[in-house]
Amino acid sequence: MRRSMAALAALTLLSLAGCATDDPVAGPDGTASAGAGSGTGEQSKFFVQADYDNELALLDATPTGPADRPWEQVLEPAMVDTATFRKAGPYKICFSNAALNNPWRQVGFKTMQAEVEAQQSKIKEFVHVDAEGRDQKQIADINDLLGRGCDALIVSPNTTATLTPAVEAACATGLPVIVFDRGVNTACPVTFINPIGGYGFGHVGAEFVSQRMKPGGKVLALRILPGVDVLETRWSAAKVAFDKAKVDVVGVEFTDGDPAKTKKIVDDYIQRYGTIDGVWMDAGAVAVAAVEAFQDAGQPVPPINGEDQLDFLKLWKEKNLTAIAPTYPTYQWRTPIIAALRILDGQQVSDPWKLPQPTIDQENLDSYLDPTMPPLHYAMCGCTDLPGYPQRWK
Amino acid sequence: MSTQIGARRPLPTRLPRLRPGGLLPIVAILAVLLVLVALRQPDFLAPPSLMSFLGRSAPIILLAAGQYFVIVSGEFDLSIGSLVTAQVVVAARLIDSDPSRTWPVVLLLLAFGAVVGLVNGLITTRLRVPSFITTLGMFLILVGAVYLWSDGAPKGGLSEDFRRFGRRAFEDVPVLGRVPYALLVLLVLATLAVVLMRADFGRTLIAVGDNPRTAELSGVRVWRTRTIAFILSGLAAAVAAILLGGYSGVSFQAGAGLEFGAITAVVLGGVVLGGGRGSVVGAMLGALTLELLFALMNFYGVSGALRSTVQGAIILLAVAVSATRQSSRQGER
Repeated sequence: MRRSMAALAALTLLSLAGCATDDPVAGPDGTASAGAGSGTGEQSKFFVQADYDNELALLDATPTGPADRPWEQVLEPAMVDTATFRKAGPYKICFSNAALNNPWRQVGFKTMQAEVEAQQSKIKEFVHVDAEGRDQKQIADINDLLGRGCDALIVSPNTTATLTPAVEAACATGLPVIVFDRGVNTACPVTFINPIGGYGFGHVGAEFVSQRMKPGGKVLALRILPGVDVLETRWSAAKVAFDKAKVDVVGVEFTDGDPAKTKKIVDDYIQRYGTIDGVWMDAGAVAVAAVEAFQDAGQPVPPINGEDQLDFLKLWKEKNLTAIAPTYPTYQWRTPIIAALRILDGQQVSDPWKLPQPTIDQENLDSYLDPTMPPLHYAMCGCTDLPGYPQRWK
Repeated sequence: MSTQIGARRPLPTRLPRLRPGGLLPIVAILAVLLVLVALRQPDFLAPPSLMSFLGRSAPIILLAAGQYFVIVSGEFDLSIGSLVTAQVVVAARLIDSDPSRTWPVVLLLLAFGAVVGLVNGLITTRLRVPSFITTLGMFLILVGAVYLWSDGAPKGGLSEDFRRFGRRAFEDVPVLGRVPYALLVLLVLATLAVVLMRADFGRTLIAVGDNPRTAELSGVRVWRTRTIAFILSGLAAAVAAILLGGYSGVSFQAGAGLEFGAITAVVLGGVVLGGGRGSVVGAMLGALTLELLFALMNFYGVSGALRSTVQGAIILLAVAVSATRQSSRQGER
């Protein structure tokens, strides 16, 4: 009896081992993309030289549109005709969301809900379905929404390749489809909305880190997960910058965007190498955990990039860090609603709809620091004029 | 009555001996690992880094002690990892960066841990649901409840007062350099655990795990003893959550996989799955050994991804060894 119990228990443990680390975004547990000390490895298959060149050029481009409403601005607009989608309102707008599983998406979704509220005269119903970070659920969600009489479908895909057929199927029904944030491998949606993108983000952080550290110093690269285009492009642009600057990338690790895991990884690297001279990350949500790992080890914090999350901006200011924050603004969550209404009104929209992507640096840091907002809020929400500000975001 | 049962077999805590539940193997493994670490990274054994290593290892050692109570009584607790995550997320949301809420929330977390343990224990003992089903169910309930309550991303923030336990230390201590608060918490609770295992409760607990039927016939209330073991495990998870939350801040994966870490540590420490053999000191040394093994893997540049593989191998090996020994022992009877 005891033997069989022990055996059954072991079986349970092992099967559970798979799901214990099961997070909404299944990715390899540790590193693998590049072993320790092996440099930056092969270039990602997501890397496209032309897109890279284009995005880096966009960093200096001047946007068209209202300067005080960057979520309505467009970089290098390419207008497309939408007359076929023209329809009388008010509309039912449906939204298939990849997930709400991180503070960036939480802030973004609240901003989107507030935008819907601000436009309520034109929107009779807003349907939101959360795929909880699972591709299969999102494919089912999109399929389900197609039968629910939506006038327009907004999709924020969980992963790029897997969601492409589902988006194509949605386009095939004749519904205006708007993709934003992460992309898909098809041009069928009416428009794809996002800021400049991953190359721009990754490049700005990597340039800063490699310029502020000693030549040939040791850089630790922290990534969230593989397989998502905006994240892959961030890393691939950083890789180009690091290879060019000839820094020693001692590790490329996946953190799942989790502070506990991040702090442990950084701690391990500090112990293994004694010192780390620069930290680059593809998303700033765990920047504070990385900084704390250095503080708790009694070491100076090396040049680091974060994001526009307030906990990092506050720490940056307080500890006078050598830091920069390229952003992937949450104000982009307003744009799909605006785009849907314009498309249903038959107005031309730009495809792609490239939004500006400001960078926070030492000079403009103070203007983004808002001590009254919670630590996990994102400064670049573009939400201060929306209904329910600031309570909705607290 | 219970002393009589305890006396039937020499207690594992008394002397290290080479048999299931003995301390000798784990002490030997620990010594070998220390030598390997000293060869590769001598700095690691200098007081400051050793102290911070012990501080960081405190939560898993506490969890191993908690898991020990349950395992030695013949059950399992798979819910502790999700319980730790739930506690950290609840703490962040309730404290919401307000220092004055620290202590009430700490008390609430301890109560929360005890209640989860009580529920696990009562369902297992009174409703006769096998404990790995009970606690697997609890695991899923907690994961789902936390997701639902927080919409899938943590909210709020932990106060500096709360984080102090897991992050800060007494600085400038002579010889040792710095002594993390977490280490002190560990020492106090480890002492309590040892005292508890030497008291009547410990003897009864081992008797229950060794042969519940005999214990029952001798007048032991088996269900009550096992339920208390689950409550102790829940309390250990609460303390571990306070230390881990303090160490890393708000995290949705603070406790991910900790149940395996704890169970691996316990079996590595010579405690027999199925109950009745092994000491709490062995379980805690098992956790320390496991953490040292991971540190060594880190120094040799072995990918962190292999950690779960190593844990799985240790669990399989330990179960195989104890199963073989048990069948040979049964043959002797």
